[in-house]
Amino acid sequence: MNGVALTASQVRYVNKAYWRSPAAAFFALVYPLMFLAIFTSIFRNSTVQFGTRSVNEATFYVPGMVALAVITVCFNNIAVAVTFQRDSGVLKRIDGTPMPRATFFGARILHAVLVSALLVVITAAFGRAFYHADIPTGVTLLRMLVMLAAGAAAFCALGFAISSIIPTADASLPIVNVIILPLLFLSGVFIPLGNNPPAWMLWVGRIFPIRHFLSGMQAGFLGSPFSWTDVLVVAAWGVAGFLLAILFFRWEPRAG
Amino acid sequence: MMPLAVHADGRSPGPVKAGPAGSLVVDVRGLEKSYSGVQAVRGVDLEIRVGEVFALLGPNGAGKTTTVEILEGYRARDRGEVSVLGVDPGRHRTRLKSRIGIVLQSTGVDRYLTVRETIAMYATFYPRPRPVDEVIELVGLEGKRDARVLRLSGGQQRRLDVAIALVGNPELLFLDEPTTGFDPSARREAWEVIKNLATLGMTVLLTTHYMDEAQFLADRVAVIAAGRIVAEGTPATLGDREQAKARIRYRPPADAIPPAGLSAPLGPDGYTEVTPDDLERALHELTGWAIDHQTRLDGLQVIRPSLEDVYLSLTGPSPGGGSQLASAEEQTGRRP
Repeated sequence: MNGVALTASQVRYVNKAYWRSPAAAFFALVYPLMFLAIFTSIFRNSTVQFGTRSVNEATFYVPGMVALAVITVCFNNIAVAVTFQRDSGVLKRIDGTPMPRATFFGARILHAVLVSALLVVITAAFGRAFYHADIPTGVTLLRMLVMLAAGAAAFCALGFAISSIIPTADASLPIVNVIILPLLFLSGVFIPLGNNPPAWMLWVGRIFPIRHFLSGMQAGFLGSPFSWTDVLVVAAWGVAGFLLAILFFRWEPRAG
Repeated sequence: MMPLAVHADGRSPGPVKAGPAGSLVVDVRGLEKSYSGVQAVRGVDLEIRVGEVFALLGPNGAGKTTTVEILEGYRARDRGEVSVLGVDPGRHRTRLKSRIGIVLQSTGVDRYLTVRETIAMYATFYPRPRPVDEVIELVGLEGKRDARVLRLSGGQQRRLDVAIALVGNPELLFLDEPTTGFDPSARREAWEVIKNLATLGMTVLLTTHYMDEAQFLADRVAVIAAGRIVAEGTPATLGDREQAKARIRYRPPADAIPPAGLSAPLGPDGYTEVTPDDLERALHELTGWAIDHQTRLDGLQVIRPSLEDVYLSLTGPSPGGGSQLASAEEQTGRRP
């Protein structure tokens, strides 16, 4: 098989195993929709001050939950799944076969990007049906898709990179959550930061990729201004993630 | 399990020989490897020929896994020459990967794929794979073809490991402790599968700490202890077992004294044991003496050193020394 066919075939096997694993399917599908329903129930009928406009709370959460879905599938799932594969010896076995490493990484990233796209469609449809969310079209849609692809790939790369500092599979969920949960809150994914957040919180948003990624999704669903700087910051994190993953990725469980 | 004649029908390309019969598939000289100051391998030499089932036999921590993982390309060596199928695994690992099959000591597969899907997936990684269903039959997993991996027993998972290692149609197969932790019937099953492989003409390098496993499966055995090869040979000749002198053991009668040279001070169990230079003559004299004196030689036995005796004396902390009993217990502690 040539590289493209092998990667495509590998995506199919990753996909099969993915949807048969109850935990993965739950976190990917149920999690974002569940949060969407919970948040909109709590804050129903209120509005969020978004820039100069006020946006219905339910509508506001659609891009947030899209971002959450992408981050869950790409960053959380890859970091945890790869750590489990490493601890159970799957990665060492794969490393003993002639499958190119690029195929291994490429297939997992491609799969996560495709699942992300599916989840975006489901969340958007859900938001449209129940919460009057705008469905982007034309240039707005294209820009959002660029951000989606860049963000999904970047969060995958960061998922691979973070797996190398996770010592064992048992530690993977706590470590991933300790990293991602505070950043989700500080980036305004769960609760809007309002118009006057503390300066340090703004800096957290500026430095880490989640706030930028969220802005890209909000531009798509809420019609706020789209900034290519956001895409660049997310892409820069992705490149850094790739480099770290290439340098430090481990194929074998920690000895001892 | 599938009858092996099926493989002659041309469906499978069959393993490509590494060279003329008798040429070396594995050639290792002076291999050394340390982990953070501890020398795991201290100068190992190995020669494995085409079509041979070769067992590296030794207790836990002797350096078996380190040695094979260097040959497989997983570890870098500190010193020595290594050639596997004519390739240096330390320098051209990628070139080697499609020509070898590896069953690691502990290894996993994705739990949610079926047996057939798993083997088919690994088949896509190799340039000349064996047909998937043929491999499933070779390892006797026909009944579990569509079962998910998480539903397999330990023995069945091990057979799946072997199937994955075989599907690339390797010239050389590595089996690192293929039956450790198995119950006796699962071991028997695994042995039958491995015996089958040998008849395919594949070269097999097997590591084990079970003497009976090496004896049953291997054409040649090297015993490794504390990072060194301490003996090498066929299971029959290992440690000069064929030349080793047999012992005569019996309980002497209470009322008569056997001829000089044919008895020794009694052991705690009431037996006497002698190691004559000429076994046949000694036996003749001893039995003749018993008949003449109309007495019996209770529990008369002629004993040749077993492979286990040889192994224990070779791998003990002081070969031929006095503390062998303690080490024997330690080394056999993990046996089922």
